[in-house]
Amino acid sequence: MTTANEPYVLNIGPQHPSTHGVFRLRVVMDGEVIRDVDMIVGYLHRSMEKLAEERTYTQNIPFTDRADYLAAMSNNLGLCLAVERLAGVEVPERASYLRVIFAELQRIASHAMANGTMVSDAGAWQTPLLYMFREREKILDLFEMTCGARLTTNYMRIGGVSFDPPPEFWPALRELVDEMPARIDEYYSLVQDNEIFLARTQNVGVISAADAINGSLVGPALRGSGVPWDLRKAEPYCVYDRMDFEVPVGRRGDVFDRFMVRMEEVRQSTRILQQAIAQIPDGPHKTEIPLALRPAPGEVYGRVEGPRGELGFYLVSDGTPAPYRFHVRAPSLINLSLLKEMAVGASLPDAVVALGSLDIVVGDIDR
Amino acid sequence: MTADVRRPATPMEQQIREHRSLVQRALALGGGWKFILGVVGLGTLIALAAGGFLVVGGYLDGRWYDIRDLGIPTSHLVYWMQAQGLSPAVPYLTTALLGGLGILSLVGGWLVIGSWVERRVIAKFQIRQGPNRVGLFGLLQPVADAVKLMQKEILIPLGADRLLFFLPPILIFLPAMLGWAPVPWAPRMSYVDMNVGVVYVIAISSLGVLAVFLAGWSSNNHYALLGAMRTVAMMVSYEIPISLSLLSVVLLTGSLQLSQIVAWQQQYHVWLIVVLPLAAFTFLFASTAEINRTPNDIGEAESEIVAGFHTEYSGMKAGLFLAVELGNAILVGAMMSTFFLGGYTLFGLELWIPGYLILATKIGAVYFVFVWLRATLPRFRLDQLMGFAWKFLIPLAIIQLLVIAVESMVIAQSGLPGIVTVGGSIAVNLVLTFVGVRAWASGIGYVSEAAASTPLLTNTVGGLRAAERIRVVS
Repeated sequence: MTTANEPYVLNIGPQHPSTHGVFRLRVVMDGEVIRDVDMIVGYLHRSMEKLAEERTYTQNIPFTDRADYLAAMSNNLGLCLAVERLAGVEVPERASYLRVIFAELQRIASHAMANGTMVSDAGAWQTPLLYMFREREKILDLFEMTCGARLTTNYMRIGGVSFDPPPEFWPALRELVDEMPARIDEYYSLVQDNEIFLARTQNVGVISAADAINGSLVGPALRGSGVPWDLRKAEPYCVYDRMDFEVPVGRRGDVFDRFMVRMEEVRQSTRILQQAIAQIPDGPHKTEIPLALRPAPGEVYGRVEGPRGELGFYLVSDGTPAPYRFHVRAPSLINLSLLKEMAVGASLPDAVVALGSLDIVVGDIDR
Repeated sequence: MTADVRRPATPMEQQIREHRSLVQRALALGGGWKFILGVVGLGTLIALAAGGFLVVGGYLDGRWYDIRDLGIPTSHLVYWMQAQGLSPAVPYLTTALLGGLGILSLVGGWLVIGSWVERRVIAKFQIRQGPNRVGLFGLLQPVADAVKLMQKEILIPLGADRLLFFLPPILIFLPAMLGWAPVPWAPRMSYVDMNVGVVYVIAISSLGVLAVFLAGWSSNNHYALLGAMRTVAMMVSYEIPISLSLLSVVLLTGSLQLSQIVAWQQQYHVWLIVVLPLAAFTFLFASTAEINRTPNDIGEAESEIVAGFHTEYSGMKAGLFLAVELGNAILVGAMMSTFFLGGYTLFGLELWIPGYLILATKIGAVYFVFVWLRATLPRFRLDQLMGFAWKFLIPLAIIQLLVIAVESMVIAQSGLPGIVTVGGSIAVNLVLTFVGVRAWASGIGYVSEAAASTPLLTNTVGGLRAAERIRVVS
């Protein structure tokens, strides 16, 4: 009798607790060890880039909410900055500050979600996730107070922001900013000294700095590998050049470093928020622009540092109110491409944690 | 927060605001209804108290029943049957049925309460409410869940081995129930006080793995097979530390009989967890591996292999797996209490409080520890877990066994008072636990990772060269 060796193929997803949405991994396994990984995306494709070519620039802002649904503010900001550069629109100073405030709030909310789900992927039964949701809820309350929506905010406009925050926004924001450092210390104590968590994350899913740059990693994943690259410092937009903050950089490039970089970025965002609250001037929150904005023919690539990394919008105008080409450089998609480097040769639990540490959002991958 | 002041309440908040518990609803009733309810409630209480007084106080049949020892009424029943001239099989079968029903209904009731407790306690750990809709404080939630599970369709996957797929939910239930047989609930109150109780416990606890492997194999599902393989590997490894830790208990107390182990702890007025801290920890940790609970729930790791070996089960079959998981946790709580926490004794208090209530309290405490672990800890990886068993727990348990062998000889044969010999053993074992564990850990090359690296902070940006510069500076 002969026995045949078949590859043991495990199909993770599209519905699976740790794929963070509808995304599929086809894993070839040898016992517990992964031999090959296929990443299959496209289950959430909504053809945004094509749809955008039929709509005016302002009408396209709500699409960016739905692309990366955990960082709607940053996506709004990226598109608005690109269009403003394309059309040469001036933004009032107060609007720039408001944009910084909301982008940083969004970063905190998104990192809370990312780190919480990552610890859940490591097997903690959702406790860290719910603790981090506590702060995220307060931030979403602030969003709701200002623009009426919590997740798909559609807040930024070309030439400013849609609303000035109501009076009760500022005390609530200050309260949040004041309590954040204590909360961050609490997370540190919960997670950082946990021997099991350290054993599960340290020296797991290591990406060297050179590999990270060659693989076009961006955001906390790149900084976790030790490369100090942050667009807020390298290419300041809005009023980031007036803010005093530091870029956290990991030491080894493992899962734990990416986790800690996010944690530290929350602390730095709190610092930026404190300065922004202190500096924000009075004035209009928006400049008036024509309803059907017709930028001169040309092209532009605008990019911002979103919670997941460099988010780029490549726009081509042909002089009509709608973009001729609307392309999004999505951080999640490009970060995901390095999962194979981390997963092959590792065991299944390590691959799951590594995927969690990349912080993918499937809406951002597929658009 | 000020945020909520001007915002109209969301439907969920409205619902929470309008929610009234049963007590609040009763208090809101009209005066007449309240009076009737009060009379009925008070009357029931008075009738119950009077009935209990009549029966227990012996006004009914001239006998004084001691509720602290349920063995007395049972033995009265047996004597009565023998006096009637019935064949010996009748009292034997009757008491067996009574005891079995008692244990089954107790464990069954505990499963219902336990799932509510677990969900509520974990909810408190996670700063949320937990089930609070069905019944008072959501107490009826397990009943509602059971009804829902029974209504669900039971699916059999294509390509499954139908017979083998049908068996595991039943097979896995057997050891969870059989394990209760030798547990001593009070003096002279255990289902079977067999003289090889410890061997029986070890034998029964290794039966469960069969059902798990059948479930994983017959499902024709890759997740299920992975989960079953992990569970089998883990259970085979962790049988050994469990057996070794129980062996040190047996060596020290000189008996395989569970009631004798409790009696030893009663005699020396000390719990075995104090005398054998390493064995107690080994037993607790290895038990979490045996019964698939956090931090060792790798057999059904949700974030990796969905539900492990019972991925393909639906409806009440899945419910049985979940119930057995909870039942096993309670059973391990009973074993832990009996072996290491003094069983039904509580430093003399067992003369005044029924022993089974004391044991139940201890089981509840151990169960709470399990829930606490589940709410707090992440999961180990399979290789880390196996390494921990083979490199760490087993060698240390063997060393401890050798030390206990000497100590038990000293305790039994030196003729010195117990406070000297047992006290000396406690001191030796404490030193062994705290020094030996550290020495062994550094001996096998384990480095504590508690000194975690924090990110470097920089104000410069750049590419690879900047990265190297920062690393050199730090």
